[in-house]
Amino acid sequence: MKYTKGEKLFNIFNILILSIVGLIMLYPLLYIFIVSISTMAGAGAGLIPKEITFSAYRIVLGSKELLTALGVSLLRTVVGTSITVVVTAMCAYALSIKKLPHRNAIMFLIVFTMLFSGGIVPTYMVVKGLGLIDSFFVYIFPMLLDVFCILILKNYFEQIPESIIDSGYLDGAGDFNILFRLYIPLSKPVVATVALITALGHWNSWFDSMIYINNPDLKVLQLFLREMIVESNFFYHYSNAIMVNSENISSETIKAAIVVITILPIFIAYPFVQKYFVKGIMLGSTKE
Amino acid sequence: MNIKLFKKYRGAYLLLLPAILFFIIFSYIPMSGLVIAFKDFRLGLGIIGSPWCGLENFQVLFENANFIRVIRNTLVISFLKLFFVLVVPIILALMLNEVRLSAFKKGIQTLTFIPHFISWVILSGIFLMLFGIDGPLNKLIVSSGGDPIGFMTSDVWFITIIIATGVWQTAGYTAVIYLAAISGINPNLYDAASVDGANRWQQTWYITLKALQPTIIIMFILSVGGVLNSGFDQIFNMYNPQVYDVGDILGTWLIRRFEVLDFAGAAAGGLLQSVLGMFLVCLTNSLSKRFAGKESGLW
Repeated sequence: MKYTKGEKLFNIFNILILSIVGLIMLYPLLYIFIVSISTMAGAGAGLIPKEITFSAYRIVLGSKELLTALGVSLLRTVVGTSITVVVTAMCAYALSIKKLPHRNAIMFLIVFTMLFSGGIVPTYMVVKGLGLIDSFFVYIFPMLLDVFCILILKNYFEQIPESIIDSGYLDGAGDFNILFRLYIPLSKPVVATVALITALGHWNSWFDSMIYINNPDLKVLQLFLREMIVESNFFYHYSNAIMVNSENISSETIKAAIVVITILPIFIAYPFVQKYFVKGIMLGSTKE
Repeated sequence: MNIKLFKKYRGAYLLLLPAILFFIIFSYIPMSGLVIAFKDFRLGLGIIGSPWCGLENFQVLFENANFIRVIRNTLVISFLKLFFVLVVPIILALMLNEVRLSAFKKGIQTLTFIPHFISWVILSGIFLMLFGIDGPLNKLIVSSGGDPIGFMTSDVWFITIIIATGVWQTAGYTAVIYLAAISGINPNLYDAASVDGANRWQQTWYITLKALQPTIIIMFILSVGGVLNSGFDQIFNMYNPQVYDVGDILGTWLIRRFEVLDFAGAAAGGLLQSVLGMFLVCLTNSLSKRFAGKESGLW
């Protein structure tokens, strides 16, 4: 293809602007990483650390509070995601059966919860009434299902030919077996997407931990980080450690190290996210 | 219900049961719990035992000068965000679409997509440091001879940063959705247009943007739904009492009411938020159906 002069100029300009956009996206993330490995003297606005030190990570990973919070976060992500994927698939399967009596009414009642909610006060009272305050299960049950995930999975299931169900019935398989032996293996990318959305949601949650949990041993990592940054609980936890280690690092270095530790799992998951996320959403969200 | 039909679909209903229980317990019971907004709630008496008080809780809300301020802030931040969060990704997607170097395109897409998956707790940790009084930005300003700026404590700067970081977080993700829609456009359309003498601007305007219209409308309706929420996570993690004048929004104010155990007040405010939010979504949906054709809109 031949470009005119104007188009050539535009292409250069376009690439230039997009490169700047890329830098703006990258800078905050790189900066926090650089701070986390710099000594007090070494942290400037630039991205090249003058003096590298890993003592922030040593201090942080040596503290019981952070390891506990990390464990709670990992546990809720693994347990929560597994249960949610199973229950979401069960729900989506039933709703994908076009002849299911009252299907439209049930769909409406489910989608309506996206538009209208009771809000924080009544929800708190329900959670309290169920005895979930200060219980690990408060991380699992209140966010068991997400309407968006149900919809993308349901839309995908609907594209599976109904003859598969019928042949399953003929072979004497129940709905449970049809779902787990036939439907889920046929829908791997979309199931993976649902699992990723759910896992990221669990990993990134902090609000439930702040509202429902008082026991410090049950706090999630995100809340631990929030208390460190926003509520400046910093000195309570780490000023001693810095003094004992007599390290030449600032409180910013420690905060940055915690931020990096919290982001790390997301970066590890990111290649999978890229692979499945967009594809899954596009596959599942085709309008009826 | 027909017993025979029910028997036939017994298995399916059984699979649906956990979901039904979930939505009853965590959505519909809380909704009915909203009656607390019309009650003179006392902790000792519980929701059912507390006496009715009509609209008194709402009256108290509107007589509170802070509440009026909170409503104003919510609307200002929401509409600014609605505009920028809608427009920037469209421009980004169109620009990415013009890039012929696929490796470069993919790289930029990857970079802009990342922040969508990072929580506002982490992001606020990063931004509070970047824009802090002795953060890198202020170091740069000071070293070039200026005075440090209190980015997070000055009203105008705070709002600017909220909008800018909001765009920073969501633009890449939304752009990817637009790009997917663009890739579905029939390439023959462009060929036909260029035969007719349309230049690239005209092609972008008349073909690409036209084809994106339904997606844009859906994204718009979805973001209108979040208008009254206007990014609770973001603001709750980034604001501080010095910028309450412009930064305190409905969500953050309600959570502070909740923390001081003003349950009835928080529930009344929450009810207003939910009802208005639903009203706005329905309004936008019917408007878009009216002006952009029956096919557009969420339902």
